[in-house]
Amino acid sequence: MLSIKNLSASIYGKPIIKGLSLEVNAGEVHAIMGPNGSGKSTLASVIAGRETFDVDEGEISYMGKNLFDLPAEVRAREGIFMGFQYPVEIPGVSIANFMRTAINEKRKYLGLDPLTGAEFLKLMEEKKKMVDIQSKLTNRSVNEGFSGGEKKKNEIFQMAMLEPRLAILDETDSGLDIDALKVVANGVNKLRRKDNATVVITHYQRLLDYIVPDFVHVLYDGRIIKSGDKSLALELEEKGYDWVKKETA
Amino acid sequence: MENESNKILEEVTGSEYKYGFYTDIEMDQAPPGLTEDTIRFISAKKKEPDFMLEFRLKAFRHWQTLKEPEWAHVKYPRIKYQDLIYYSAPRKQPKYDSLDEVDPELLETFEKLGIPLDEQKALAGVAVDAVMDSVSVGSTFKKTLEEHGVIFCSFSEALQKHPELIKKHMGSVVPYRDNFFAALNSAVFSDGSFAYIPKGVRCPLELSTYFRINAANTGQFERTLIVAEEGSYVSYMEGCTAPVRDENQLHAAIVEIIAHKDAEVKYSTVQNWWPGDKEGKGGVYNFVTKRGICEGENAKISWTQVETGSAVTWKYPSLVLKGDNSAGEFYSVAVTNNMQQADTGTKMIHLGKNTRSTIISKGISAGRSNNSYRGLVKTTRNAENARNFSQCDSLLLGDQCGAHTFPYLDVGNRSSIVEHEATTSKISEDQLFYCMQRGIDMEGAIGLIVNGYAKEVLSKLPMEFAVEAQKLLSISLEGSVG
Ligand SMILES: Nc1ncnc2c1ncn2[C@@H]1O[C@H](COP(=O)(O)OP(=O)(O)OP(=O)(O)O)[C@@H](O)[C@H]1O
Ligand SMILES: [Mg+2]
Repeated sequence: MLSIKNLSASIYGKPIIKGLSLEVNAGEVHAIMGPNGSGKSTLASVIAGRETFDVDEGEISYMGKNLFDLPAEVRAREGIFMGFQYPVEIPGVSIANFMRTAINEKRKYLGLDPLTGAEFLKLMEEKKKMVDIQSKLTNRSVNEGFSGGEKKKNEIFQMAMLEPRLAILDETDSGLDIDALKVVANGVNKLRRKDNATVVITHYQRLLDYIVPDFVHVLYDGRIIKSGDKSLALELEEKGYDWVKKETA
Repeated sequence: MENESNKILEEVTGSEYKYGFYTDIEMDQAPPGLTEDTIRFISAKKKEPDFMLEFRLKAFRHWQTLKEPEWAHVKYPRIKYQDLIYYSAPRKQPKYDSLDEVDPELLETFEKLGIPLDEQKALAGVAVDAVMDSVSVGSTFKKTLEEHGVIFCSFSEALQKHPELIKKHMGSVVPYRDNFFAALNSAVFSDGSFAYIPKGVRCPLELSTYFRINAANTGQFERTLIVAEEGSYVSYMEGCTAPVRDENQLHAAIVEIIAHKDAEVKYSTVQNWWPGDKEGKGGVYNFVTKRGICEGENAKISWTQVETGSAVTWKYPSLVLKGDNSAGEFYSVAVTNNMQQADTGTKMIHLGKNTRSTIISKGISAGRSNNSYRGLVKTTRNAENARNFSQCDSLLLGDQCGAHTFPYLDVGNRSSIVEHEATTSKISEDQLFYCMQRGIDMEGAIGLIVNGYAKEVLSKLPMEFAVEAQKLLSISLEGSVG
């Protein structure tokens, strides 16, 4: 589904991703771990098509298409979803309105009729239940005045609404209490299907108790320096990043 | 010989004059220029009562003593008042036979605004088929109003049918001496609307909804007069979201509102005059004087406006809060793009005790445009416990545009409380990317963010107007980023 080969990316001339390769297939869950500033969010942004980052080298193909040919909004409509580490506030725009616009843009792209008001409301109710989000939240402006946890839950709600093929969740578990963490993980698991894939970026192996990954990668200084299965996350938790660093040096 | 040629010349010009005025109704217009004769001609043409002609002449004589004002933040070429045509009968002949002949760009905009096909035709000046039957819609509308004793008609009609009401109220809120453009309008105004709500009547309909097609053609010097008697209520809408192109560059309208004791008037307007091309060429200059007075106790007037058009806009809908406990509100969204210039704002004059006013102004500037807010809040000595709250926000798109805020306070009473808040913000790259990551393209994202920003004001508009205004905001900013 997603194939990254030898990717290098920079911001304002400063290299961040330095020759990174990664393969993600349908049905898989990948976890990316790594110290602060190692480039995890940058990788997610580059995949999502954020233009502030420059791609210097390498290629990314997604569903057989060259990702660099597609602008950010088209990548989204093609099923790439990014759960933001720091979701932004959009004052005055309700989540309902925001999601309706997003879904109908996607449907237009796919040649489908827009959802009617009633259809949309029904879908929203269904997904709200699924990810256990409070009813009132969708009437509020996008992320405005949300608590940290509410923001993260809102990302999962949006993911449920958009039913992506490839979801990249950037520290969606950070700042969640244990109940909320279960809610988020539950949401992700319920949305998991044979034909979609999830990449979770996290600092905590705890999340991986709930969302069990097929692969765990360690991102360090812009490169994936070690990959393994779930046990790698446990090992990391125990021994820290220095251990991998030494081992691969 | 010379006598002979003079005679011929006289005949030719004279006959042209004659035919121009009296025979060819479709081409019915005054020759360019402005003299007392022009004014007599307009008044005669409209078969106006004597008092109206006198009013016009007084205004004209006063106007001649005035100099056109100059403003620091608005620049435009001098208007040659003697080259303008001051009377032109409404065009009855459709310009086109079918929509195929209309500028595709205009049609595209109509499409985006979601204007029904028949209305598109009417707006673009295409012959309308019988299907629409606007006459019957209009007459059921009229009948409902009549049952409630509400008068709603053109200014000309009102002058014929209700001269006493016009005589009593016209110029009582905006006297012709008020300013240069008010004097000009008072001298030459073409037509406009009149609404009268009798005592205790709650007007059952939003006024002017059904008439917007006609309203699009009411000319360059309009006058609106709204009188709400004691305890009455009316919501009045003026303007049109469809882009109005006009050969007349100068528009100088007057709106007067009078709310008596316990009456409430909601006035909403969406203005989308042609702003000209990207360089601002050919756009409309819009100089408007709008003012309302809360005459009696507990009266309330609110202005809600969405401005996206005009090359140059100069307008300050104002309110005089005379009755004790009366309230005034001003909600405004003004968008400027490309080379547009807008100088808008409001004046709240507190005269009565416990009077309250609220000002919410949202400016949006893009391109190389300039958007200024100018507001005056004045409380007089008798205005005990007067309160005002003003919030003036500016949103900038790009870094070549300008936003300016000029709040003036004139507090003449110690017990009055006047609060002013102002913010300036930009649409952030973070916000745009967040939207794009959800599948919304750049223009859609800007539209969404801008509408969110303006929501407080848009939500004050009557429902159907609000939906159109939202689309209009997005369209006005197309191509402003990226
Ligand atoms: N907009 C930016 N301007 C300048 N530097 C940036 C910008 N965005 C990211 N960087 C730099 O790129 C590097 C990688 O940042 P990134 O956000 O990808 O790290 P991360 O692995 O997600 O870290 P964390 O675990 O703290 O979220 C950091 O050194 C960061 O300072
Ligand atoms: Mg990060």
